[in-house]
Amino acid sequence: MNAIVLVLIGFLMFYLGYRYYSTLIAERIFRLDPNYVTPAHRYFDGVDYVPTNKHVLWGHHFSSIAGASPILGPAIAMFWGWLPGFLWVVLGTVFAAGVHDFGTLVLSNRHKGQSIGTITTKILGPRAKTMFLLIILFLILMVNAVFAWIIANLFINFPGSVLPIFIEIPLAVLIGLWVYKRRGRLLVPSLIALAIMYAFIWVGYKVPIDVRGWVGQDNAFVFWIVVLMVYGLISSVLPVWVLLQPRDYINSHQLFLGLIVLYLGLFILQPDVTAPAVNTNLPEGSPPLFPLLFITIACGAISGFHGLVASGTSSKQLDKETDARYVGYFGAIGEGALGLLSVIACATAFATLDDWQAHYATFQKAGDGALSAFVLGASQLAEAVGIPRDIGAIFISVLIISFAATSLDTSFRLLRYILVELGNDYKIRLLQNGNVAATVGVLVSLYLVFSTDGGKGIGSGGYVFWPLFGTTNQLLAGLSLLVITVWLKRLGRNYLPTLVPMVFVFAMTLWAMVLNIQTYFAQNKVLLYTIGSAIFVLALWMILEAVNAFRKQHTPPGDHTASL
Amino acid sequence: MSRLGHFRRVWSRLMDLYDEFFYVRYRSAVKRAHDDAEDLFLLLVFSELYGIPNPVSYYTLELLPHLHERFHEWHRRMGMERSPLEGIRCC
Repeated sequence: MNAIVLVLIGFLMFYLGYRYYSTLIAERIFRLDPNYVTPAHRYFDGVDYVPTNKHVLWGHHFSSIAGASPILGPAIAMFWGWLPGFLWVVLGTVFAAGVHDFGTLVLSNRHKGQSIGTITTKILGPRAKTMFLLIILFLILMVNAVFAWIIANLFINFPGSVLPIFIEIPLAVLIGLWVYKRRGRLLVPSLIALAIMYAFIWVGYKVPIDVRGWVGQDNAFVFWIVVLMVYGLISSVLPVWVLLQPRDYINSHQLFLGLIVLYLGLFILQPDVTAPAVNTNLPEGSPPLFPLLFITIACGAISGFHGLVASGTSSKQLDKETDARYVGYFGAIGEGALGLLSVIACATAFATLDDWQAHYATFQKAGDGALSAFVLGASQLAEAVGIPRDIGAIFISVLIISFAATSLDTSFRLLRYILVELGNDYKIRLLQNGNVAATVGVLVSLYLVFSTDGGKGIGSGGYVFWPLFGTTNQLLAGLSLLVITVWLKRLGRNYLPTLVPMVFVFAMTLWAMVLNIQTYFAQNKVLLYTIGSAIFVLALWMILEAVNAFRKQHTPPGDHTASL
Repeated sequence: MSRLGHFRRVWSRLMDLYDEFFYVRYRSAVKRAHDDAEDLFLLLVFSELYGIPNPVSYYTLELLPHLHERFHEWHRRMGMERSPLEGIRCC
């Protein structure tokens, strides 16, 4: 089958979802009011609360939520064949992710632009705050372990990507200085930065930095992980304008350019799908499709992280309430388009079915080779646009590393904030110091990624933590949907559009957690078992608190705008 | 309005949106960092104004080389071609 058919079906579903389903939800369920005075206007302070053009806000929202996981998740899930992943990415985006992102944005907009954590505390009670912080803390620790593992892997397998990634750091600092010290405009320096970075892809191709030659095969992982952690520590305490912000900005350009190049390549090349629709040839003892597919593909279908962005910054900048549909729902569709690209790249990467089966022989091999499958497929698509295959492979790996690296930057910073907040709440003097908190965060992340609990030796921590990352992320999404559902119920609205995906996400996540915990226990993986059990208990507790809140009929305190 | 003027206006609006895309995600963090510097500055100015001795004045001499360039920019912005202070001959 031609891959274009899949793209067209996917895009048609996204279009229908945005055109009809999101409109239905906006008008009938959330009843968006163009005359509602949004927090951006009501609490305008020129800093956090600033009414922003909806296209700019969409760009901010989309580039904040798009990371490496909508690429990696579908690439691993290809193990069950392309159809399950395709359906979950498309339907999950339309019926779960879109509603979740859109819903958290509207919920926050009607609650003074507060974050989902604060709103949860109000609706579910003060105990929920610590639990919420702990779940986010676990999630962020997983992000650090998983993304550091992804980047280290790519640096080792694609040594040509090292130079273009490292040249991005001084380029970002120069742009930061140019904009904030010299008050320069952005178009020209950003074009120059991107041009230099892509020129370094060619340099990297000619001069690959393969550290295996210097430190040995086994130590290469250790080397890169330590470099990444030291970088993370420094970047998390630097002022944002020095490195993080301009780096994110360069990466946003890469994201849009990468999507354009790859989709263009897809339409020119029109590759055939060689992967089976459903892999019926699963080896004995493989993880079952239900429920593990739904935690393997986290971002790209639904992700709790999106709710943090939607309620954290986007909601404070909505110019009109009706913009929420475009920013929230269409932002999720942007992420879905990235997930769809990953499904298609991995389904068309191999010349024959036998090649595909050799690559995806076991679930472990699927996990190990997910990124190389995507890089292979995507570089074929880039080749159709005129980028040579070898350089294309570096181009794609630079793209993935850039996404993963900005997620890593942000998550190190968030980790520091959360540890400081926990330090303040529980009067732990040491953690109240930002530098100490950042160091503690880095050390714990280092421990996790070096954990050999997976039985695959040093450096495999990121891979073994992927299922826990998926479950924690989905759990957070379920909790956000739950808070929206309770809110809708209190307003006397139809809450089925959020209740149904919530029940589905919770059911799949908790089921997967039980299976995972059983496996960890049977295999004597103490660390994974302990963290998995802790998250499971927190999840059950939150759900009980929520059931309790669901029964109550009162309007929560401070919710004076909720029923407007 | 001429066609060129119209084009310039549209272009300038587009560039504003483009710049905004850069600022929008980090506006509050950058503002906080700026406010911290501003607060320290005000603290020093007010303590000077009210005659409270600056506890680190002994060490501020060491800062002069670092402030040299900024001092130069400052007196140019203030409309003074040459440095007004005898002690700092920056131009």
